[in-house]
Amino acid sequence: MELYKLSAYELHNLIKGKEVSVEEVVTSLLQRIKKVEERVKAFLSFYQKEALNEARKWDKKISGGEEVGPLAGIPIAIKDNLCLDSAETSCASNILKGFYPPYSATVLNKLNKAGTILLGKTNMDEFAMGSSTENSAFQITRNPWNLETAPGGSSGGSAAAVASGEVPFALGSDTGGSIRQPAALCGVVGLKPTYGRVSRYGLVAFASSLDQIGPIAKTVRDCAYLLQAISGKDELDSTSLDYPVSDYIQCLIPDLQGMKIGLPKEYFITGIEEEVKKKVITATKVIQELGAQIEEISLPHTKYAVATYYLIATAEASSNLARYDGVGYGYRTQERTNLIDMYKRSRQEGFGDEVKRRIMLGTYVLSKGYHDDYYGKAQRVRTLIKNDFDKAFKDFDAIITPTSPTVAFNLGEKTEDPLKMYLSDVFTISANLAGIPGISIPCGFNKNGLPIGLQILGKPFDEKTILRIAYAYEQNTEWHKRRPGI
Amino acid sequence: MNYLVNIGLEVHVELLTQSKLFCGCSIKFGMPPNTQTCPVCLGLPGVLPVINEKAVEYAIYTALALHCKINQLCRFARKNYYYPDLPKNYQISQYEEPLARNGYLEFEVENKLKKIEIERIHLEEDAGKLIHGETKGNIQEKELSFVDYNRTGIPLMEIVSSPTISSPQEAYQYLTDLKRILRYLRVSDCNMEEGSLRCDANISLAPEGERMGTKTELKNMNSFKEIREGLSAEIKRQSYLLDKGEKIIQETRLWDAEKRRTRSMRSKEEAHDYRYFPEPDLLPLEIDKRRQQKVKAKIPEMPQERCQRFIIKYGLPPYDAGVLTESRNLADYFEECLESFPYYKQVSNWIMGEFLRLVKKENVAIDKVKVTPAQTGELLNYLKKGTISGKLAKLIFQEMFKTGKEAEEIIETGGLKQITDETSLEKVVGEVLKENPQGVNDFKAGKEKALGYLVGQIMKKTKGKANPQLVNRFLREKISNLPQ
Ligand SMILES: [Zn+2]
Repeated sequence: MELYKLSAYELHNLIKGKEVSVEEVVTSLLQRIKKVEERVKAFLSFYQKEALNEARKWDKKISGGEEVGPLAGIPIAIKDNLCLDSAETSCASNILKGFYPPYSATVLNKLNKAGTILLGKTNMDEFAMGSSTENSAFQITRNPWNLETAPGGSSGGSAAAVASGEVPFALGSDTGGSIRQPAALCGVVGLKPTYGRVSRYGLVAFASSLDQIGPIAKTVRDCAYLLQAISGKDELDSTSLDYPVSDYIQCLIPDLQGMKIGLPKEYFITGIEEEVKKKVITATKVIQELGAQIEEISLPHTKYAVATYYLIATAEASSNLARYDGVGYGYRTQERTNLIDMYKRSRQEGFGDEVKRRIMLGTYVLSKGYHDDYYGKAQRVRTLIKNDFDKAFKDFDAIITPTSPTVAFNLGEKTEDPLKMYLSDVFTISANLAGIPGISIPCGFNKNGLPIGLQILGKPFDEKTILRIAYAYEQNTEWHKRRPGI
Repeated sequence: MNYLVNIGLEVHVELLTQSKLFCGCSIKFGMPPNTQTCPVCLGLPGVLPVINEKAVEYAIYTALALHCKINQLCRFARKNYYYPDLPKNYQISQYEEPLARNGYLEFEVENKLKKIEIERIHLEEDAGKLIHGETKGNIQEKELSFVDYNRTGIPLMEIVSSPTISSPQEAYQYLTDLKRILRYLRVSDCNMEEGSLRCDANISLAPEGERMGTKTELKNMNSFKEIREGLSAEIKRQSYLLDKGEKIIQETRLWDAEKRRTRSMRSKEEAHDYRYFPEPDLLPLEIDKRRQQKVKAKIPEMPQERCQRFIIKYGLPPYDAGVLTESRNLADYFEECLESFPYYKQVSNWIMGEFLRLVKKENVAIDKVKVTPAQTGELLNYLKKGTISGKLAKLIFQEMFKTGKEAEEIIETGGLKQITDETSLEKVVGEVLKENPQGVNDFKAGKEKALGYLVGQIMKKTKGKANPQLVNRFLREKISNLPQ
């Protein structure tokens, strides 16, 4: 049996039934990594020895009769912007290379409690700034469906690792689409929870009011299990909310009777590839057949989302990234004449181009004389975008859109044109601005065999509805069963 | 020319909470560098601030005591600037939506009542401390600088006055009264030497008839006296320039305590653009009416009211009342003494005399004094009953102050009780008269001095424990009763 091909849920059943040991599962995945990682390059670090030790510990526990939770002994990968106690956390940046935080992100403590086994940390766009993972300071991750194409980003490492069978699931982070877009481009499931659903403590901040940690998995069910494990109020994150966590497994019913779903017309015009559009429309037909009522709706402020996002996200980033100054930790330049010079050189040498571009943009946006025209106005438009959704959700249970306007693009294709790259997130950004949850699931392939993603957006804290729609669709289609031929 | 002086004061006080504003680290002063830090106050990647509710309560408490209006919804903001003592390179502060606005402080200056508006009160985190030039271990480089992050994140409350203070003396009095109130509220110890109170001033001069001149900001004053002096120097400098017809440059100036003058630090053009924006890591702070009411109920009697009450209720002279209400602890001490010894003026005299003398001499805080108010009252009872003399009472009190022992215990163990038992004293007097016929004769012959000698002999025999009035009375009686 090729264990690496299985979903977390399938692995769990085998482990629970004592048909396989955790060690066998971990070994199978490590072998898979050995086989494909050289080509995919999804990981920045591995914890092979620790993982095998953990696996043996679990096997002992299980043979000792300990109850096996749904995540117990299941291997996982995490994005490199999640702090892990005493493990390098670089955010794929030279400025944080060699940084070992003395604490773990709350989600990692929760996973540890749930029993997952950490295999390694995955590549990403530097500080999560990018849509192709090409902005990593260390390596280029390739899309397992076609090694000449990008896996999307910024959680491209996590998405590629799941798609290539290196891990059954992974954690990513999503500020403007960084979970959903790579999930779509890699043909896997990715969910961005409601802002405040999952603690951000220990997630290295890009844009604090937009960032959320979320799962990337092969199936909707795995996604639900992972979300269940990481959700909830955290005393260490004031912006995590004390809203009851639903049972995300119970809600997985393959039936959509009585559900009303909106199809926003603004998401089907500009720059969208014909094949993507077609597959998404076809998917809505399937959803309709499952009992949902689908109607066209309007989210009139959608066209301002990208501009609004790049003002707010960069403004916050310029402040969040100010701490990387060479004083306390991280990279410090070798040559320096005085304090200001040390700041300048350390940051100049430590940050990559895209990060510098965004810091400059954000600094400008907040500067005297421009503050109200840019940052102030962006905040007001953000409210309008949120109002659009509030209004739509009065009549509709969920909204369906394409996840990304295109399938995976070639490596290097957009690196020279930041604006083009920014438009990769045109359909995912609004959910971050509005703070609502969104999931991307595979809904077909283009003629070149590259996956296409369908996005389902839900009401705040209503992850269970989008999971249910995603599950119903998944159970009635075969897309999620396809694996790249790597 | 005469100018209208407008001074505004920005006071920062460290709050006396257990922990820092956004993490659990202790705020204790004087600990070894970087021993009171954690990932949050060190601004490591990925960590998040969590507001200290006690600090919020202290700020509400102060704001209400200063008659401010509390904003039911206030917000934290990031003030962005680069400096090594600021690990995140932004300070979490409040900007457009402070915790409170529009209060006032009323105080007496040069026998007149003055009311100064408080424009705003807000919370923010303190920065760390740079230590320059020290080298450690085998680091041989010259001109090294070190950062101590112990202070980073300590809760600061900023209290901003309107620019309507019209003289350095008024500024001095405003600060004195403000400090007294803050200490009454026990929200800060307001110790300028330890940096728990800091004050910047802005000052402008306008020719009479005009409304406002160009202001300069004044920093680096380390005591209320220096603030008064610095402001005076700045008034002199500005009026000198204005007299000459020159313009005042809007700038930040530093008080140079050695040269006793102000000097330019940076001009308006060089002023920082702090790029404030709302802190996305913290939710807006909601302070509803109920919470305000709850805090308000805890506000103690303020110094001015208490002073008035002391004058009226206890019939104390205004000077006494002023001294006793200078600090809440002293006023409390006074009133607690009254519970066991209800003689207002006597208690007042004792506290203003012996008590404060020892407090000053031993340099202890009033709330750390060992002798309790009840014990002090008990001692004053002995004194009043004549069990001990005034001189002895002072000696006993010194011992009580040092050890916290009861007066009775000290008197008994030290055998210090005055001999008031008339028969035993009479016996001693008889003995002394018998042993000193010369003295007796001298006194009889009209030499009053001889009596003093005889008293001295009695004191010697009783080891100072005899009641002097009694001794005097007995001596005179006995001598006049002696056979001729
Ligand atoms: Zn701390």
